[in-house]
Amino acid sequence: MAEHGQKHALEMVRTDGADEGCVTFVLHEEDHTLGNSLRYMIMKSQDVEFCGYSITHPSESKINFRIQTREGTAASEPLRNGLNNLTEVCKHVLQTFEARMKAFKDKEESMA
Amino acid sequence: MTAKMAAPMNNVDEIRDRVILGEFGIKNVHTTDYPGNYPGYDDTWDFEKFKKTFRIDIVNSDENTLEFDMIGIDAAIANAFRRILLAEVPTMAIEKAFIYNNTSIIQDEILSHRLGLVPIKADPRLFEYRNSEDQEGTEIDTIQLQLKVKCTRNPRAPKDSSDHKELYLNHMVYSGDIKWLPVGNQADVFADAKIGPVHGDILLAQLRPGQELDIVMHCVKGIGKDHAKFSPVATASYRLLPEITLLQTIEGEQAERLKRCFSPGVIELENVNGRKVAKVVNSRLDTCSREVLRHDDLKNLVKLGRVRDHFIFSVESTGILPPDVLVTEAINVLISKCQKFLTELDTTEMD
Repeated sequence: MAEHGQKHALEMVRTDGADEGCVTFVLHEEDHTLGNSLRYMIMKSQDVEFCGYSITHPSESKINFRIQTREGTAASEPLRNGLNNLTEVCKHVLQTFEARMKAFKDKEESMA
Repeated sequence: MTAKMAAPMNNVDEIRDRVILGEFGIKNVHTTDYPGNYPGYDDTWDFEKFKKTFRIDIVNSDENTLEFDMIGIDAAIANAFRRILLAEVPTMAIEKAFIYNNTSIIQDEILSHRLGLVPIKADPRLFEYRNSEDQEGTEIDTIQLQLKVKCTRNPRAPKDSSDHKELYLNHMVYSGDIKWLPVGNQADVFADAKIGPVHGDILLAQLRPGQELDIVMHCVKGIGKDHAKFSPVATASYRLLPEITLLQTIEGEQAERLKRCFSPGVIELENVNGRKVAKVVNSRLDTCSREVLRHDDLKNLVKLGRVRDHFIFSVESTGILPPDVLVTEAINVLISKCQKFLTELDTTEMD
C-alpha cells in the first residue's frame, strides 16, 4: 500500500514553457473518491479556468489532476483552497451528523 | 388546476436542481452549477450558504442498519462518503491461516478463503496496520484465533439412526468454533470486548468421523480497497429523492391507472365533489420504474424527476462497528486525505 512512501504522495508536473498556472498534480494512491470531490470544490472557484482528473491506468493507483487558472494565480492556490474547503465541508457534515444522530438516539430512548 | 399542485419550476432552476426521467433517457445528469455557467447566478463556493442549506435527517437506525437523508451537498462529495464506506474504512479480518492439520475434504486454500470472509468483532480503531514483512505480529497489530475441531462418532447414537446429527459429533464446523488466543496484554486490554466472529452460525466446513481441523489464524487491520473481506459494510448506497409532479388534474379511470403505475403509497385518490382525483402523497416510496411513460394518455400529464442534492443514504454494517460509527469514520477518512495533501503541498513547495 505504501509502496511510494509518504514522501512523494504528491508530484507537480509542468510542461516546458508553461507558467505556474497550468500544472498537472499527480496524486498517488488516490482515485475518484478524492479526485471527483476535490475537482468539484476547485471548479467552484472563480479563478479556475479548467480542472479535471484522469486515472492513468487501472493497474496504477494514481491520478493526474490538472488545474489551469485564469491570469495570475499559481495552480497550487486553488488546490490548497479546494483541500481546505473540502476539509471544512467534511467537518461540518461530521458535526451535523453527530448532532442529528445524538438527537435521534435521545428521542428513541425517551420513547422506549 | 388546484392551488395544491406544485408550481412548475423555472427552466434554469430545473436544469440545475433536478434530474429528469424522460421516456427515452435521463436529462440533466451532471452537476452544472459552476461559476460562469449561468448568468445571474453566483455559483462560487460559499461556506456560509452551504451551512444554511445543508441538512441531515436520520430516518431509521437500528443495530446494523442506518438510513438517513443528506440534503444540500453535491454528488461528488456524497459519493466520496459512499466510496470510503465501501473501500477505505478499516476493519480487522483474518489475513493468515496456519493450517497445522486439515483432513477434511475442503481444500486448504478454499478453507482459508472462507475463513478470511468471516467478519471479526474487534474495534479496528484500537489496532495499528501490520507491516507486510512482519511474520509474527504483535499485540498492537494482530489478533490470534484458533480453530481446532475433530469429528467423532457419537457413542450414544440410536442403533438404527441414519441422521448425521445423531450419528456424529462435531460434523458441522461453524464460525462459533473459532476461539480467540490473546497475544501479550490483549487479555487485559480487551477483557470486555469479546473478540471473535460477529456471527457464530456461519458454516465453514463439514467433517466425517476421524477428520479434523487444526488452524491458527492471524487477523490484521486492512481496508476494502485491498480485499473485500476488510469492507465494514454489507452495503452502503444512496439514491436521489424521487419527485413526481402532476401537470394537470387527473381523475376517474385515469387516476386509478396512474396510481397503479407507481409503487404503493406514492399516489392516492382523493374524493373531490364525488370524483376521484389523483394526488402525490409520498414520492419517496417510488422506485422510479417509469411505468407511467408507457401509457400514452398519461405520459404528458406527469413530470418525473429526482432532486439532485437530496441523498437517501442506506448503510448496512457487517456487525463489526455500528453503522453510525462507520459514517463518522468515513468522513474522518476524507478529512485526513485532505490534510495529507495539504502538508504534502507545503513540503513540495518548499523544495
